[in-house]
Amino acid sequence: MMRYLPLTDADRGAMLATIGASSVDDLFVDVPEAARLDGPIAGLPMHASEVAIERKLGALARQNIVAGEAPFFLGCGAYRHHIPASVDHLIQRGEFLTSYTPYQPEIAQGTLQFLFEFQTQVARLLGCDIANASMYDGSTACWEAIGMARRITRRGKAILSAGLHPHYVAVAKTMAKFTGDVLDIAAPSLTPGAPGDDMARLLDAIDSETSCVVVQNPNILGHVADLSELAAAAHARGALLIAVVTEPVSLGLVRSPGEMGADIVVGEGQSLGVGLQFGGPYVGLFACAEKHVRQMPGRLCGQTVDAEGKRGFVLTLSTREQHIRREKATSNICTNSGLCALAFSMHLTLLGETGLRQLAEVNHARAAAAADRLAAVPGVELLNGTFFNEFTLRLSREARPVVRSLADKGILGGVSLGRLYPDVAALANGLVVAVTETTSAEDVETLAAALEEELA
Amino acid sequence: MSLYFTKDHEWISVDGGIATVGISDYAQAQLGDIVFAEVPPAGTAVEKGKEAAVVESVKAASDVYAPVSGTVTEANAALEEDPALINTAPEGEGWFFKLELSDPSELDGLMDAAAYKAFVETL
Repeated sequence: MMRYLPLTDADRGAMLATIGASSVDDLFVDVPEAARLDGPIAGLPMHASEVAIERKLGALARQNIVAGEAPFFLGCGAYRHHIPASVDHLIQRGEFLTSYTPYQPEIAQGTLQFLFEFQTQVARLLGCDIANASMYDGSTACWEAIGMARRITRRGKAILSAGLHPHYVAVAKTMAKFTGDVLDIAAPSLTPGAPGDDMARLLDAIDSETSCVVVQNPNILGHVADLSELAAAAHARGALLIAVVTEPVSLGLVRSPGEMGADIVVGEGQSLGVGLQFGGPYVGLFACAEKHVRQMPGRLCGQTVDAEGKRGFVLTLSTREQHIRREKATSNICTNSGLCALAFSMHLTLLGETGLRQLAEVNHARAAAAADRLAAVPGVELLNGTFFNEFTLRLSREARPVVRSLADKGILGGVSLGRLYPDVAALANGLVVAVTETTSAEDVETLAAALEEELA
Repeated sequence: MSLYFTKDHEWISVDGGIATVGISDYAQAQLGDIVFAEVPPAGTAVEKGKEAAVVESVKAASDVYAPVSGTVTEANAALEEDPALINTAPEGEGWFFKLELSDPSELDGLMDAAAYKAFVETL
C-alpha cells in the first residue's frame, strides 16, 4: 500500500534507473529549451511566510484592471454579465461541488437530474431535439461537431465561415492535423453593413465532398445572419450545417440556429452563470437533431423509471463513449464541465424564459445606444448593419495601440482585430466592442470621450 | 444455398453470387439485449475481415466484420425499427446486409455449421 509521503532522493534515483533516465530534467527534453524555465520566476520571492506571500501576490494582482471596476467593452467569445449571488452560493453546496462523474445512478440522482435539466435547457435554447451534458468549452465543442459531421456524412472537408472565432479555427486546425480533415478557411473582411459575413463564399464552396459548413451567429464581428438559405444549400448537397453561438444571451432575441435548419448547434455557455475567470474553465454547449444522437460525443443523461415505476435519471447511450467503446468511441471526451454547466443551468432557471428575453432586450438596447454614441466620434465608423450586443468599429488609425492607450487610462475599450488576426493587415483598424447589461451610459460616455482624444 | 461461419461469429449464407450476412445465435446470446445496429448502406465496398457494421447491446458495442469481400447490395432496413430481431431471429429476419461477392474463393477458409458448433463448444 502506497503511503502518501514525499519521495526521497533514493526513491527518485530508483525510479529513474528503472525507466532509464539519468535525471528528472531528462523527462522534459521534448519541451523546446527556450520554453523551459531555467531558474526562479523573476519577481517572486523564493520562500516567505503566508502573510508576506499574500501581501506580495495582492500587490501583483492590483496591477490588473478588474473587469467589474472599469468601463469594460471586451467580448469576442467571453462576456461580462451579472451573475446572481445565489448561483455561486448554490453551486458550492457540497453535494454538487465535490460530486464525481455519475456512473452510479443509485447514488447520483441529484447530479444526474441537474444535468438532465441542463440538457433540456440547452436543447430548447439552441433549437435542437437533444443536447449533451456539456463539453469543455465552445472551441472544443465546435471541433467535436466537425468530427461528428465527418462520421455522419463519411466526408472529410469542412468549410469554415470567415466569421468563426479565430481561436475556434485554431483548435480545428490543430485537431485536423491528426484526423486528416480538410478545412476550407478564410479571414473576415470589414465589409460595411455585414462585417465578417461570407455567405456567398460558403454557398459557392459547398460540393459533394463537403461534410459540413461551420458558421457562427452572431459572428466574430457581431453581425447577425439568417442561416436558413445556408442550411438548405448544405442539405441539398448532403452536407450538414453546424452553427456556433458564442453569446447564448443573444438567443433571447435572435432566432435559434436549430430553428433556422442547423443540424448541429454548439456554443460557449460562459455568458450564463460562469464568470470571465481569465479565460476558463468555461462550458461547451452541444446539441443536434435526434437522428444523429448516436454520433454525438460526450455524456448524455436520460430520464427513466426505477423498479417501482418512480422517475429517475441515468447516463444513457454510453456505448458511444470511451469507457465502453474504447478507441472506437465518438470522442476522446470522457468528462464534462459539470460545475460550470450547473452554474449555467441555475442562472438560466433564475432568469426564466421571460427573464432571458428581457436580459437580451437590455443588452441589445444598450449596445444600440452605445453604437450610436461611438459612431458619432470623429474617426470612428460603425460597420454593422445588424448586431446583438457586440459590433465592429473601423477607427481612423490602427486599433491595437489605441486599446493599449485606453487601458493605461483604466478603460478596457474592446478587442482589437490586430490582436485576433495579427497577420491580416486589412483588419488592423478594426475594434470589436461588446456592451451588456453591466455597461452603464457613463461607461459609454467615458469610452467615447477617450476615443475622441485618441483619434484627434 | 450454403451457410458458413467465422471465428468472429458472423454467418454468411450464399445463394448464387449474392450472400446474406448476420451474427450467430451464440453472438446474440453473448451480447444480450440488442438496442441498435448500424449497417452499411447499399453500394458500400467491404473487405474480408474488416469492420462492416456495428451492433450495440445494453452491455457493449461491437464491430461486425465482413466474412468475405464484396459490395453491399441491401441493408436490412427492419433493424432500424426493431433491432431486437437480431436477438429473436439472428440467423433469419435479423440479418444485417446482403453482399455481392468479389471473390467466392474467400469462402473456402470459413467454417460450416458443424465446424462452427464444435468451435463454439471450445469457448
